[in-house]
Amino acid sequence: MADSKNIMIVGVGGQGTLLASRILGNVIIDQGFDVKVSEVHGMSQRGGSVVTYVKYGEKVASPIIDKAEADIILAFERLEALRALPFLKKGGKMIVNDRAMNPMPVITGAAEYPEGIIETLKQNADVVSLDALELAEKAGSIKAVNVVLIGVLAKSTDIPYDAWVETIKKTVPEKFLEINLKAFEIGYNL
Amino acid sequence: MKKLLLGNAAVARGAYEAGCKLVSSYPGTPSTEITESVTEYDNIYVEWAPNEKVAAEVAIGASIAGGRAMSCMKHVGLNVMADPVFTVSYIGANGGLVFCVADDPGMHSSQNEQDSRHYAEAAKIPMLEPSDSSECKEFTKAAFALSEEYDTPVFIRLSTRVSHSQSLVELCDPEEAPLKDYEKNIPKHVMMPAMAKGRHVIVEQRTEKLKALAENCAFNTVEKNGSKIGVIAAGTTYVYAKEALGDKVDYLKLGMVFPLSEKLIKDFAADYDELWVIEELDPVIETFVKSIGIACKGKENFTLLGEYSQNMIKKAVLGIETEAIADPQIPNRPPVLCVGCPHRGTFYVLKKLGVTVSGDIGCYTLGAVAPLQSVDTTICMGASVSAAHGMAKVRGEEFNKKLVSVIGDSTFIHSGITGLIDIVYNKGANTVIILDNSITGMTGHQENPTTGKTIRGEATKQVDLELLCKAVGVERVRIEDPFDLKGFEAAVKEELAADEPSVIIAQRPCALLKSVKYTGHCAVDADKCRSCKMCMKLGCPAISFKNGKAVIDKSQCNGCGLCVNVCPFGAIVKEEK
Repeated sequence: MADSKNIMIVGVGGQGTLLASRILGNVIIDQGFDVKVSEVHGMSQRGGSVVTYVKYGEKVASPIIDKAEADIILAFERLEALRALPFLKKGGKMIVNDRAMNPMPVITGAAEYPEGIIETLKQNADVVSLDALELAEKAGSIKAVNVVLIGVLAKSTDIPYDAWVETIKKTVPEKFLEINLKAFEIGYNL
Repeated sequence: MKKLLLGNAAVARGAYEAGCKLVSSYPGTPSTEITESVTEYDNIYVEWAPNEKVAAEVAIGASIAGGRAMSCMKHVGLNVMADPVFTVSYIGANGGLVFCVADDPGMHSSQNEQDSRHYAEAAKIPMLEPSDSSECKEFTKAAFALSEEYDTPVFIRLSTRVSHSQSLVELCDPEEAPLKDYEKNIPKHVMMPAMAKGRHVIVEQRTEKLKALAENCAFNTVEKNGSKIGVIAAGTTYVYAKEALGDKVDYLKLGMVFPLSEKLIKDFAADYDELWVIEELDPVIETFVKSIGIACKGKENFTLLGEYSQNMIKKAVLGIETEAIADPQIPNRPPVLCVGCPHRGTFYVLKKLGVTVSGDIGCYTLGAVAPLQSVDTTICMGASVSAAHGMAKVRGEEFNKKLVSVIGDSTFIHSGITGLIDIVYNKGANTVIILDNSITGMTGHQENPTTGKTIRGEATKQVDLELLCKAVGVERVRIEDPFDLKGFEAAVKEELAADEPSVIIAQRPCALLKSVKYTGHCAVDADKCRSCKMCMKLGCPAISFKNGKAVIDKSQCNGCGLCVNVCPFGAIVKEEK
């Protein structure tokens, strides 16, 4: 039970970060840890930046992760990865879906989508970048992006492979199970 | 059995385990999921009321009639229900009566950052403040018992981080809480001056008794670590402090934030060289501590604004600065109207017409964001209608010919209808647009009196908005589709020109409803695109401009087709697959 981790999941409202945090929360409880999962619902979900904090260990006090406190950041989108970077601990791990979604200030021309994000991330963190959309398609559905990313994340924790599979079986509806298990395996073995 | 529960779901569980009989609420972030979670328990009567005042009164009635009852709301909802709340403080409770209010420090989804603890003091109602899901359940259960024992309503105060964090909760079997007898009791239940004078005496005596309880109750706990620094905190700030300061300080954790016990605080403070009060928003506890002659450190080291965090507390109390990577200078990502949102058509037309838009509370507040930037004002639930009436009365007829109110279906029922009655009664000639998307959208799809379904999804009578507006005296009422841009524009022009009140019901369901099935997606024929950027004015997240031409991101587009109607050159086409 010595292991404790602060994990941040960041993305854009509507990207399916909630299912990812649900799988993560459930697998952690089954390991007997104390856990807190924190997210904000409401206005920010309408296509805005969304952040979920998942913290586990022997005893967790605060539900939020502050600057320089995250062991792992799981980013569903490049710009959101960069936005979350100050929250990463020194030497922390950044798993990033290498995909760009333009925020409204970029769409309206008021701002430009930054170039070279992955390089900036690499200067500051241990980065795993992948095209989760392509991998999800390989697994059978573009909707499985979140589970591909969970697979990559799983590899970075001490929680055993089988525990993840068991939790996915319990969390995901039967008819999508096969695709999701495949997506998880692709992510895990990346 | 332990379960990972949202703070809000844990409050609902607490009500269930306490044998609560009735819950009536109006949705409001971050409180909404409390009432939604109550639907998991078949033996509790649960409903969405038209507004918070009605909800509170329903709960008060249930309590007087002998059943345990609860009403849940966001902080600004407490303003709406303040009238009955202040008086039920005098009446007290027969069946346990709990009001659960969720504050939103940091304003994740609110129009202000008010601190609800002031209400506890002002209405003389005890207030409990849990710090995690487990306490949410335990405190809620305890609140019902406290309510009956002290003959008082009880507040539970949450904040966004408690409401929307999941942590482990031990589930228990529900208690038996049979209906208490109902007895006619005019001096206690009829609050006219002669009776209320008697009850006020009892309220003051009750507060004294509650102060005595606060001295020794299980809600307030002292944690000694042998430090010379003492910290007083409650709710979220307690858990932030705990993480930031660990066993470097001693704690007085207040689970009951009103009333506060002078003796408890004096006894605790006596042991320390340095005493801190750590609380988000207003210095409520700090002011009390100072008022009883105890020096403490507090707001001068923190802020009245927004949320606290562990790093902020570490810096203030221990002087330890956290080293972190600097915030990158990058574009922000504000929330936007979803792809396929029916409001996009409405705001596109209103912006084109250059009218003043008196706005309201809901997803459509996002009509104020670039590039639509159509909304002029947002104040509170219902104010779009009444504030526009005031604007028209001072600025006159010409101004009113370029002024509309926009208000959602649920918000209109909540408190827009009274404003409309004011317009009709006082000879106004405003144009009100009801954005009828068939659901309460922003809080995450709750049923309301216009949807024809109850909170449990059962079919019920549906308020007919057209008939309702006609019934209050509006003769010009019409239903229009906001995606029919030409027709909608013509309708707005006609109604603005009329010398009498008018209502346009902009009817198109929320694109996120399961019943809404847009198919395929839209695409730009680059050869036909003349780079006029008309489509960019929609502010659709799926449309962007690359290499001088509009492009549509297929993975985001849901095929709603609004952009097809906007393009003057027929360059955008709908592709079915």
